[in-house]
Amino acid sequence: MGAHHDDLHDAAEPDGRALRLGIGGPVGSGKTALVAALCRSLGPSMRLGVVTNDIYTTEDADFLRRAGVIDPERILAVQTGCCPHTAIRDDIAANLDAVETLEERFGPLDLVIVESGGDNLTATFSRGLADRQIFVLDVSGGDKVPRKGGPGVTSADLLVVNKTDLAPMVGADLTVMSRDAAAVRDGKPVLFTSIREDRGAHAVAEWVTDMVDAWRHEHGEPHHHPVHGAAQQAQAS
Amino acid sequence: MGADAALLLLADSRLPAGGHAHSGGVEEAVRLGAVTGTGDLARFLRGRLATAGLVTAALAAAACELAAADDPADDPADGVELWRRLDAEADARTASPAQREAARTQGRLLLRTSRRMWPSAALDTLARAVPEGPHHPVALGAAGASAGCTPRQAALAAAYTSVTGPATAAVRLLGLDPVTVHRLLADLAPALDDAAHAACASLGDAARQGRWHALPGHSAPALDLLAEGHLTNPMKLFVS
Repeated sequence: MGAHHDDLHDAAEPDGRALRLGIGGPVGSGKTALVAALCRSLGPSMRLGVVTNDIYTTEDADFLRRAGVIDPERILAVQTGCCPHTAIRDDIAANLDAVETLEERFGPLDLVIVESGGDNLTATFSRGLADRQIFVLDVSGGDKVPRKGGPGVTSADLLVVNKTDLAPMVGADLTVMSRDAAAVRDGKPVLFTSIREDRGAHAVAEWVTDMVDAWRHEHGEPHHHPVHGAAQQAQAS
Repeated sequence: MGADAALLLLADSRLPAGGHAHSGGVEEAVRLGAVTGTGDLARFLRGRLATAGLVTAALAAAACELAAADDPADDPADGVELWRRLDAEADARTASPAQREAARTQGRLLLRTSRRMWPSAALDTLARAVPEGPHHPVALGAAGASAGCTPRQAALAAAYTSVTGPATAAVRLLGLDPVTVHRLLADLAPALDDAAHAACASLGDAARQGRWHALPGHSAPALDLLAEGHLTNPMKLFVS
Protein backbone atom coordinates (compact mmCIF):
# COMPACT_ATOMS: atom_id res chain seq x y z
CA MET A 1 0.00 0.00 0.00
CA GLY A 2 0.95 3.62 -0.16
CA ALA A 3 3.21 3.59 -3.17
CA HIS A 4 0.56 4.69 -5.65
CA HIS A 5 -1.64 6.84 -3.49
CA ASP A 6 -0.97 10.04 -5.36
CA ASP A 7 -0.84 8.46 -8.78
CA LEU A 8 -3.74 9.65 -10.91
CA HIS A 9 -2.53 7.92 -14.05
CA ASP A 10 -4.17 4.92 -15.57
CA ALA A 11 -3.99 2.00 -13.14
CA ALA A 12 -2.70 -0.11 -16.00
CA GLU A 13 0.76 1.37 -16.41
CA PRO A 14 1.86 0.60 -19.96
CA ASP A 15 5.38 -0.55 -19.19
CA GLY A 16 5.97 -4.26 -19.46
CA ARG A 17 2.48 -5.30 -20.49
CA ALA A 18 0.65 -6.32 -23.67
CA LEU A 19 -0.69 -3.85 -26.20
CA ARG A 20 -4.46 -3.58 -25.75
CA LEU A 21 -6.26 -3.26 -29.06
CA GLY A 22 -9.93 -2.24 -29.25
CA ILE A 23 -11.99 -3.33 -32.25
CA GLY A 24 -15.31 -1.51 -32.64
CA GLY A 25 -17.90 -0.84 -35.31
CA PRO A 26 -21.55 -1.29 -36.24
CA VAL A 27 -23.47 -4.55 -35.98
CA GLY A 28 -22.58 -7.05 -38.71
CA SER A 29 -19.61 -5.17 -40.13
CA GLY A 30 -17.26 -8.09 -39.45
CA LYS A 31 -15.64 -7.33 -36.10
CA THR A 32 -15.71 -10.95 -34.92
CA ALA A 33 -14.54 -12.18 -38.33
CA LEU A 34 -11.65 -9.73 -38.10
CA VAL A 35 -10.74 -10.93 -34.61
CA ALA A 36 -10.75 -14.53 -35.90
CA ALA A 37 -8.63 -13.50 -38.89
CA LEU A 38 -6.11 -11.74 -36.64
CA CYS A 39 -5.91 -14.79 -34.38
CA ARG A 40 -5.24 -16.93 -37.48
CA SER A 41 -2.52 -14.63 -38.76
CA LEU A 42 -0.89 -13.58 -35.49
CA GLY A 43 -1.46 -16.65 -33.31
CA PRO A 44 1.65 -18.50 -34.51
CA SER A 45 3.97 -15.61 -33.61
CA MET A 46 2.25 -13.81 -30.72
CA ARG A 47 0.85 -14.61 -27.27
CA LEU A 48 -2.80 -13.52 -27.56
CA GLY A 49 -5.86 -12.91 -25.40
CA VAL A 50 -9.35 -11.88 -26.52
CA VAL A 51 -12.20 -10.17 -24.65
CA THR A 52 -15.61 -10.07 -26.32
CA ASN A 53 -18.54 -7.77 -25.41
CA ASP A 54 -21.64 -9.54 -26.62
CA ILE A 55 -25.09 -8.13 -26.88
CA TYR A 56 -26.59 -11.50 -26.03
CA THR A 57 -24.73 -13.98 -23.84
CA THR A 58 -21.56 -15.32 -25.39
CA GLU A 59 -22.43 -15.48 -29.10
CA ASP A 60 -19.19 -13.90 -30.34
CA ALA A 61 -17.01 -15.74 -27.85
CA ASP A 62 -18.63 -19.01 -28.92
CA PHE A 63 -18.06 -18.18 -32.59
CA LEU A 64 -14.37 -17.63 -31.89
CA ARG A 65 -14.11 -20.81 -29.85
CA ARG A 66 -15.74 -22.82 -32.62
CA ALA A 67 -13.47 -21.24 -35.21
CA GLY A 68 -10.61 -22.95 -33.39
CA VAL A 69 -8.23 -20.07 -34.00
CA ILE A 70 -7.23 -19.59 -30.35
CA ASP A 71 -7.20 -21.61 -27.13
CA PRO A 72 -10.81 -21.22 -25.90
CA GLU A 73 -9.61 -20.39 -22.39
CA ARG A 74 -7.93 -17.28 -23.73
CA ILE A 75 -11.32 -15.80 -24.65
CA LEU A 76 -13.36 -14.02 -21.95
CA ALA A 77 -16.87 -12.65 -22.54
CA VAL A 78 -18.14 -9.49 -20.84
CA GLN A 79 -21.84 -8.67 -20.64
CA THR A 80 -22.93 -5.08 -21.05
CA GLY A 81 -26.53 -4.72 -19.84
CA CYS A 82 -27.97 -3.31 -23.10
CA CYS A 83 -25.23 -0.68 -23.32
CA PRO A 84 -22.19 -1.86 -25.30
CA HIS A 85 -20.78 1.65 -25.67
CA THR A 86 -20.94 2.21 -21.89
CA ALA A 87 -18.77 -0.84 -21.28
CA ILE A 88 -15.96 0.35 -23.59
CA ARG A 89 -16.15 4.09 -22.91
CA ASP A 90 -17.91 5.33 -19.75
CA ASP A 91 -17.58 2.40 -17.37
CA ILE A 92 -14.70 0.19 -18.44
CA ALA A 93 -14.34 -1.63 -15.11
CA ALA A 94 -15.61 -5.04 -16.29
CA ASN A 95 -13.50 -4.97 -19.45
CA LEU A 96 -10.34 -3.98 -17.56
CA ASP A 97 -11.04 -6.75 -15.10
CA ALA A 98 -11.29 -9.26 -17.97
CA VAL A 99 -8.10 -7.99 -19.66
CA GLU A 100 -6.14 -8.23 -16.41
CA THR A 101 -7.58 -11.67 -15.70
CA LEU A 102 -6.20 -12.90 -19.03
CA GLU A 103 -2.85 -11.27 -18.30
CA GLU A 104 -2.74 -12.92 -14.89
CA ARG A 105 -3.73 -16.37 -16.11
CA PHE A 106 -1.74 -16.54 -19.33
CA GLY A 107 0.75 -13.68 -19.09
CA PRO A 108 2.96 -12.38 -20.31
CA LEU A 109 0.93 -11.66 -23.44
CA ASP A 110 1.91 -9.63 -26.50
CA LEU A 111 -1.56 -8.52 -27.57
CA VAL A 112 -5.00 -8.42 -25.95
CA ILE A 113 -7.86 -7.73 -28.34
CA VAL A 114 -11.06 -6.22 -26.90
CA GLU A 115 -13.97 -6.56 -29.31
CA SER A 116 -16.88 -4.22 -28.60
CA GLY A 117 -20.52 -5.18 -29.01
CA GLY A 118 -22.01 -3.94 -32.27
CA ASP A 119 -22.86 -0.29 -31.82
CA ASN A 120 -23.32 3.01 -33.59
CA LEU A 121 -20.95 5.47 -35.19
CA THR A 122 -20.40 7.42 -31.98
CA ALA A 123 -18.89 4.51 -30.03
CA THR A 124 -15.19 4.69 -29.23
CA PHE A 125 -12.91 3.02 -26.73
CA SER A 126 -11.69 4.83 -23.64
CA ARG A 127 -7.93 5.34 -23.59
CA GLY A 128 -8.07 3.76 -20.16
CA LEU A 129 -9.03 0.48 -21.84
CA ALA A 130 -7.49 0.42 -25.34
CA ASP A 131 -4.04 1.65 -26.32
CA ARG A 132 -4.94 1.46 -30.02
CA GLN A 133 -8.26 1.01 -31.76
CA ILE A 134 -9.62 -0.23 -35.06
CA PHE A 135 -13.06 0.77 -36.33
CA VAL A 136 -14.68 -1.67 -38.76
CA LEU A 137 -17.25 -0.62 -41.37
CA ASP A 138 -18.57 -2.64 -44.28
CA VAL A 139 -19.53 -1.57 -47.77
CA SER A 140 -23.11 -2.82 -47.46
CA GLY A 141 -23.85 -0.21 -44.81
CA GLY A 142 -23.65 2.31 -47.67
CA ASP A 143 -20.74 4.20 -49.18
CA LYS A 144 -21.81 7.42 -47.43
CA VAL A 145 -20.87 6.15 -43.97
CA PRO A 146 -17.27 7.45 -43.96
CA ARG A 147 -18.55 10.90 -44.94
CA LYS A 148 -20.92 10.90 -41.95
CA GLY A 149 -17.90 10.61 -39.70
CA GLY A 150 -18.47 10.14 -35.98
CA PRO A 151 -15.69 9.49 -33.46
CA GLY A 152 -15.17 5.87 -34.56
CA VAL A 153 -14.57 6.76 -38.20
CA THR A 154 -12.60 9.94 -37.57
CA SER A 155 -10.44 9.04 -34.59
CA ALA A 156 -9.70 5.29 -34.74
CA ASP A 157 -6.04 4.50 -35.32
CA LEU A 158 -7.06 2.30 -38.25
CA LEU A 159 -10.29 2.30 -40.24
CA VAL A 160 -11.11 -1.03 -41.88
CA VAL A 161 -13.73 -1.16 -44.64
CA ASN A 162 -14.77 -4.81 -44.92
CA LYS A 163 -16.78 -6.92 -47.40
CA THR A 164 -15.31 -5.28 -50.50
CA ASP A 165 -16.41 -8.42 -52.39
CA LEU A 166 -19.99 -7.18 -51.98
CA ALA A 167 -19.33 -3.70 -53.36
CA PRO A 168 -20.59 -4.38 -56.93
CA MET A 169 -23.75 -6.03 -55.57
CA VAL A 170 -24.75 -3.20 -53.24
CA GLY A 171 -23.63 -0.40 -55.53
CA ALA A 172 -20.94 0.88 -53.15
CA ASP A 173 -18.24 3.03 -54.69
CA LEU A 174 -14.94 2.20 -52.97
CA THR A 175 -13.28 5.27 -54.46
CA VAL A 176 -15.87 7.48 -52.79
CA MET A 177 -15.42 5.68 -49.48
CA SER A 178 -11.66 6.00 -49.68
CA ARG A 179 -11.76 9.70 -50.56
CA ASP A 180 -14.34 10.57 -47.87
CA ALA A 181 -12.47 8.60 -45.21
CA ALA A 182 -9.20 10.34 -46.06
CA ALA A 183 -10.95 13.70 -45.81
CA VAL A 184 -12.20 13.13 -42.23
CA ARG A 185 -9.27 11.09 -40.88
CA ASP A 186 -6.45 13.55 -41.14
CA GLY A 187 -3.99 11.13 -42.71
CA LYS A 188 -4.67 8.15 -40.44
CA PRO A 189 -4.70 4.83 -42.34
CA VAL A 190 -7.66 3.11 -44.02
CA LEU A 191 -7.55 -0.51 -45.23
CA PHE A 192 -10.06 -2.25 -47.49
CA THR A 193 -10.62 -5.94 -46.81
CA SER A 194 -12.71 -8.91 -47.78
CA ILE A 195 -12.23 -11.28 -44.88
CA ARG A 196 -14.33 -13.86 -46.72
CA GLU A 197 -11.65 -13.97 -49.43
CA ASP A 198 -8.61 -13.24 -47.24
CA ARG A 199 -9.12 -15.39 -44.14
CA GLY A 200 -6.09 -13.89 -42.44
CA ALA A 201 -6.87 -10.21 -43.14
CA HIS A 202 -3.19 -9.93 -43.92
CA ALA A 203 -2.92 -6.19 -44.44
CA VAL A 204 -4.63 -5.54 -41.09
CA ALA A 205 -2.47 -8.17 -39.39
CA GLU A 206 0.62 -6.43 -40.74
CA TRP A 207 -0.57 -3.09 -39.31
CA VAL A 208 -1.25 -4.72 -35.92
CA THR A 209 2.19 -6.35 -35.95
CA ASP A 210 3.77 -2.93 -36.51
CA MET A 211 1.75 -1.54 -33.58
CA VAL A 212 2.81 -4.39 -31.28
CA ASP A 213 6.48 -3.98 -32.28
CA ALA A 214 6.34 -0.24 -31.68
CA TRP A 215 4.60 -0.78 -28.33
CA ARG A 216 7.26 -3.25 -27.20
CA HIS A 217 10.00 -0.89 -28.36
CA GLU A 218 8.49 1.95 -26.33
CA HIS A 219 7.35 0.10 -23.21
CA GLY A 220 9.66 -2.90 -22.99
CA GLU A 221 9.17 -6.64 -23.21
CA PRO A 222 5.89 -7.76 -21.58
CA HIS A 223 6.40 -9.57 -18.29
CA HIS A 224 4.06 -11.27 -15.89
CA HIS A 225 2.88 -9.01 -13.10
CA PRO A 226 -0.10 -10.08 -11.05
CA VAL A 227 -2.54 -7.30 -10.21
CA HIS A 228 -2.96 -7.53 -6.47
CA GLY A 229 -6.50 -8.34 -5.48
CA ALA A 230 -7.98 -7.14 -8.72
CA ALA A 231 -8.73 -9.85 -11.17
CA GLN A 232 -8.35 -13.37 -9.96
CA GLN A 233 -11.80 -14.60 -10.64
CA ALA A 234 -13.51 -12.85 -13.52
CA GLN A 235 -16.18 -15.06 -14.94
CA ALA A 236 -14.94 -17.30 -17.69
CA SER A 237 -18.24 -17.68 -19.47
CA MET B 1 -22.05 15.03 9.43
CA GLY B 2 -19.93 13.03 6.99
CA ALA B 3 -19.02 13.80 3.43
CA ASP B 4 -22.20 14.69 1.57
CA ALA B 5 -20.58 15.34 -1.81
CA ALA B 6 -18.56 12.11 -1.63
CA LEU B 7 -21.80 10.26 -0.89
CA LEU B 8 -23.29 11.64 -4.11
CA LEU B 9 -20.29 10.36 -6.08
CA LEU B 10 -20.48 6.97 -4.40
CA ALA B 11 -24.18 6.51 -5.15
CA ASP B 12 -24.13 7.99 -8.67
CA SER B 13 -25.13 5.48 -11.33
CA ARG B 14 -22.33 6.94 -13.45
CA LEU B 15 -19.70 5.73 -10.99
CA PRO B 16 -17.53 3.63 -13.32
CA ALA B 17 -17.63 0.43 -11.30
CA GLY B 18 -19.53 -1.98 -13.52
CA GLY B 19 -22.97 -1.58 -11.92
CA HIS B 20 -24.69 -0.73 -15.18
CA ALA B 21 -24.51 -4.35 -16.35
CA HIS B 22 -26.53 -5.79 -13.42
CA SER B 23 -30.33 -5.84 -13.19
CA GLY B 24 -30.74 -7.25 -9.67
CA GLY B 25 -33.12 -9.95 -10.88
CA VAL B 26 -35.29 -7.67 -13.00
CA GLU B 27 -34.25 -9.19 -16.33
CA GLU B 28 -35.32 -12.67 -15.22
CA ALA B 29 -38.51 -11.26 -13.66
CA VAL B 30 -39.32 -9.62 -17.00
CA ARG B 31 -38.57 -12.84 -18.89
CA LEU B 32 -40.93 -14.80 -16.62
CA GLY B 33 -43.66 -12.17 -16.89
CA ALA B 34 -43.48 -11.27 -13.20
CA VAL B 35 -42.61 -7.65 -14.01
CA THR B 36 -44.49 -6.25 -16.99
CA GLY B 37 -44.98 -2.58 -16.17
CA THR B 38 -44.58 0.13 -13.57
CA GLY B 39 -47.13 -1.39 -11.13
CA ASP B 40 -45.24 -4.68 -10.94
CA LEU B 41 -41.96 -2.84 -10.82
CA ALA B 42 -43.04 -0.72 -7.85
CA ARG B 43 -43.86 -3.88 -5.88
CA PHE B 44 -40.64 -5.55 -6.97
CA LEU B 45 -38.55 -2.56 -5.82
CA ARG B 46 -40.34 -2.26 -2.50
CA GLY B 47 -39.83 -5.96 -1.82
CA ARG B 48 -36.19 -5.80 -2.84
CA LEU B 49 -35.55 -2.84 -0.57
CA ALA B 50 -37.24 -4.51 2.41
CA THR B 51 -35.07 -7.65 2.05
CA ALA B 52 -31.84 -7.54 0.07
CA GLY B 53 -31.76 -3.73 0.35
CA LEU B 54 -31.90 -3.72 4.14
CA VAL B 55 -29.32 -6.50 4.44
CA THR B 56 -26.88 -4.77 2.09
CA ALA B 57 -27.42 -1.47 3.91
CA ALA B 58 -26.49 -3.10 7.23
CA LEU B 59 -23.43 -4.82 5.74
CA ALA B 60 -22.31 -1.53 4.18
CA ALA B 61 -22.72 0.28 7.50
CA ALA B 62 -20.71 -2.43 9.27
CA ALA B 63 -17.99 -2.30 6.63
CA CYS B 64 -17.84 1.49 6.89
CA GLU B 65 -17.46 1.28 10.63
CA LEU B 66 -14.76 -1.38 10.31
CA ALA B 67 -12.83 0.63 7.72
CA ALA B 68 -13.08 3.81 9.78
CA ALA B 69 -11.61 1.97 12.77
CA ASP B 70 -8.64 0.81 10.68
CA ASP B 71 -5.54 1.90 12.54
CA PRO B 72 -2.20 1.57 10.72
CA ALA B 73 -0.62 0.85 14.11
CA ASP B 74 -2.67 -2.36 14.45
CA ASP B 75 -1.38 -5.73 13.33
CA PRO B 76 -2.32 -5.96 9.60
CA ALA B 77 -3.14 -9.66 10.04
CA ASP B 78 -5.95 -8.70 12.44
CA GLY B 79 -7.43 -6.39 9.81
CA VAL B 80 -7.35 -9.12 7.19
CA GLU B 81 -9.09 -11.54 9.55
CA LEU B 82 -11.83 -9.04 10.41
CA TRP B 83 -12.57 -8.31 6.73
CA ARG B 84 -12.75 -12.03 5.98
CA ARG B 85 -15.23 -12.50 8.79
CA LEU B 86 -17.43 -9.63 7.66
CA ASP B 87 -17.34 -10.94 4.09
CA ALA B 88 -18.34 -14.37 5.42
CA GLU B 89 -21.33 -12.71 7.12
CA ALA B 90 -22.36 -11.42 3.67
CA ASP B 91 -21.96 -14.92 2.22
CA ALA B 92 -24.12 -16.36 4.99
CA ARG B 93 -26.87 -13.88 4.10
CA THR B 94 -26.74 -14.64 0.36
CA ALA B 95 -28.31 -18.04 -0.28
CA SER B 96 -28.05 -18.11 -4.08
CA PRO B 97 -24.63 -18.98 -5.53
CA ALA B 98 -25.48 -16.85 -8.57
CA GLN B 99 -26.15 -13.86 -6.33
CA ARG B 100 -22.90 -14.44 -4.47
CA GLU B 101 -21.02 -14.48 -7.75
CA ALA B 102 -22.76 -11.29 -8.92
CA ALA B 103 -22.13 -9.57 -5.57
CA ARG B 104 -18.44 -10.49 -5.66
CA THR B 105 -18.05 -9.36 -9.26
CA GLN B 106 -19.58 -5.97 -8.42
CA GLY B 107 -17.57 -5.73 -5.21
CA ARG B 108 -14.32 -6.49 -7.03
CA LEU B 109 -15.00 -3.81 -9.65
CA LEU B 110 -16.08 -1.24 -7.05
CA LEU B 111 -12.94 -1.95 -5.03
CA ARG B 112 -10.81 -1.45 -8.15
CA THR B 113 -12.46 1.90 -8.86
CA SER B 114 -12.59 3.17 -5.29
CA ARG B 115 -8.93 2.32 -4.61
CA ARG B 116 -8.04 4.82 -7.31
CA MET B 117 -10.63 7.42 -6.26
CA TRP B 118 -10.13 7.26 -2.49
CA PRO B 119 -6.90 5.37 -1.78
CA SER B 120 -6.67 4.11 1.80
CA ALA B 121 -4.99 1.48 3.95
CA ALA B 122 -8.41 -0.04 4.72
CA LEU B 123 -9.20 -0.63 1.03
CA ASP B 124 -5.76 -2.18 0.52
CA THR B 125 -6.33 -4.49 3.48
CA LEU B 126 -9.75 -5.49 2.16
CA ALA B 127 -8.27 -6.29 -1.27
CA ARG B 128 -5.65 -8.46 0.41
CA ALA B 129 -8.21 -10.17 2.62
CA VAL B 130 -10.62 -11.14 -0.20
CA PRO B 131 -8.58 -11.28 -3.42
CA GLU B 132 -11.42 -12.81 -5.47
CA GLY B 133 -13.52 -9.75 -4.63
CA PRO B 134 -15.55 -8.90 -1.52
CA HIS B 135 -19.33 -8.76 -1.54
CA HIS B 136 -20.54 -5.48 -3.01
CA PRO B 137 -21.91 -3.93 0.21
CA VAL B 138 -18.64 -4.72 2.00
CA ALA B 139 -16.68 -2.93 -0.71
CA LEU B 140 -19.23 -0.10 -0.72
CA GLY B 141 -18.95 0.47 3.03
CA ALA B 142 -15.15 0.42 2.91
CA ALA B 143 -15.15 2.83 -0.04
CA GLY B 144 -17.57 5.08 1.85
CA ALA B 145 -15.30 5.24 4.88
CA SER B 146 -12.32 6.03 2.66
CA ALA B 147 -14.32 8.86 1.09
CA GLY B 148 -15.17 10.25 4.52
CA CYS B 149 -18.76 9.01 4.69
CA THR B 150 -20.44 7.86 7.90
CA PRO B 151 -21.87 4.35 8.32
CA ARG B 152 -25.34 5.84 7.88
CA GLN B 153 -24.32 7.40 4.56
CA ALA B 154 -22.79 4.13 3.39
CA ALA B 155 -25.99 2.33 4.35
CA LEU B 156 -28.02 4.89 2.44
CA ALA B 157 -25.85 4.43 -0.66
CA ALA B 158 -26.31 0.65 -0.43
CA ALA B 159 -30.09 0.92 -0.02
CA TYR B 160 -30.24 3.42 -2.88
CA THR B 161 -28.25 1.31 -5.35
CA SER B 162 -30.27 -1.78 -4.39
CA VAL B 163 -33.28 -0.22 -6.12
CA THR B 164 -31.90 2.25 -8.68
CA GLY B 165 -29.97 -0.39 -10.65
CA PRO B 166 -33.01 -2.66 -11.08
CA ALA B 167 -35.21 0.36 -11.88
CA THR B 168 -32.88 1.49 -14.69
CA ALA B 169 -32.68 -2.07 -16.03
CA ALA B 170 -36.49 -2.19 -16.21
CA VAL B 171 -36.53 1.05 -18.20
CA ARG B 172 -34.13 -0.46 -20.72
CA LEU B 173 -35.81 -3.87 -20.92
CA LEU B 174 -39.45 -2.81 -21.05
CA GLY B 175 -39.20 0.64 -22.61
CA LEU B 176 -40.96 2.14 -19.59
CA ASP B 177 -41.42 5.90 -19.23
CA PRO B 178 -38.25 6.90 -17.33
CA VAL B 179 -40.03 9.72 -15.50
CA THR B 180 -42.70 7.36 -14.22
CA VAL B 181 -39.99 5.03 -12.96
CA HIS B 182 -38.22 7.90 -11.25
CA ARG B 183 -41.50 8.81 -9.63
CA LEU B 184 -41.50 5.31 -8.15
CA LEU B 185 -38.00 5.94 -6.80
CA ALA B 186 -39.07 9.30 -5.38
CA ASP B 187 -41.94 7.56 -3.59
CA LEU B 188 -39.39 5.12 -2.12
CA ALA B 189 -37.14 7.87 -0.76
CA PRO B 190 -38.58 7.82 2.80
CA ALA B 191 -38.23 4.03 2.85
CA LEU B 192 -34.58 4.41 1.82
CA ASP B 193 -33.96 6.72 4.76
CA ASP B 194 -35.74 4.24 7.05
CA ALA B 195 -33.61 1.37 5.74
CA ALA B 196 -30.40 3.31 6.41
CA HIS B 197 -31.62 4.15 9.89
CA ALA B 198 -32.57 0.54 10.64
CA ALA B 199 -29.23 -0.67 9.26
CA CYS B 200 -27.30 1.54 11.66
CA ALA B 201 -29.55 0.68 14.57
CA SER B 202 -28.64 -2.97 14.01
CA LEU B 203 -24.92 -2.36 14.45
CA GLY B 204 -24.60 -2.00 18.20
CA ASP B 205 -21.61 -2.69 20.42
CA ALA B 206 -21.14 -6.28 19.31
CA ALA B 207 -20.47 -5.16 15.72
CA ARG B 208 -17.83 -2.77 16.98
CA GLN B 209 -16.01 -5.79 18.37
CA GLY B 210 -16.22 -7.66 15.10
CA ARG B 211 -19.30 -9.73 15.98
CA TRP B 212 -21.90 -9.25 13.31
CA HIS B 213 -24.32 -12.11 13.89
CA ALA B 214 -27.07 -9.66 14.94
CA LEU B 215 -27.09 -7.86 11.58
CA PRO B 216 -30.37 -8.36 9.68
CA GLY B 217 -30.59 -11.49 7.56
CA HIS B 218 -33.87 -11.05 5.70
CA SER B 219 -34.13 -13.55 2.91
CA ALA B 220 -35.97 -13.11 -0.38
CA PRO B 221 -36.45 -16.58 -1.90
CA ALA B 222 -37.99 -15.14 -5.05
CA LEU B 223 -34.88 -13.03 -5.68
CA ASP B 224 -32.71 -16.10 -5.08
CA LEU B 225 -34.70 -18.07 -7.64
CA LEU B 226 -34.61 -15.21 -10.14
CA ALA B 227 -30.82 -15.01 -9.81
CA GLU B 228 -30.44 -18.74 -10.41
CA GLY B 229 -32.94 -18.75 -13.28
CA HIS B 230 -31.14 -15.85 -14.95
CA LEU B 231 -28.08 -18.04 -15.49
CA THR B 232 -30.15 -20.39 -17.67
CA ASN B 233 -31.34 -17.61 -19.99
CA PRO B 234 -29.48 -18.02 -23.28
CA MET B 235 -30.44 -14.49 -24.40
CA LYS B 236 -29.58 -12.46 -21.32
CA LEU B 237 -28.39 -8.89 -21.62
CA PHE B 238 -27.35 -8.31 -18.01
CA VAL B 239 -24.77 -10.16 -15.93
CA SER B 240 -27.32 -10.68 -13.14
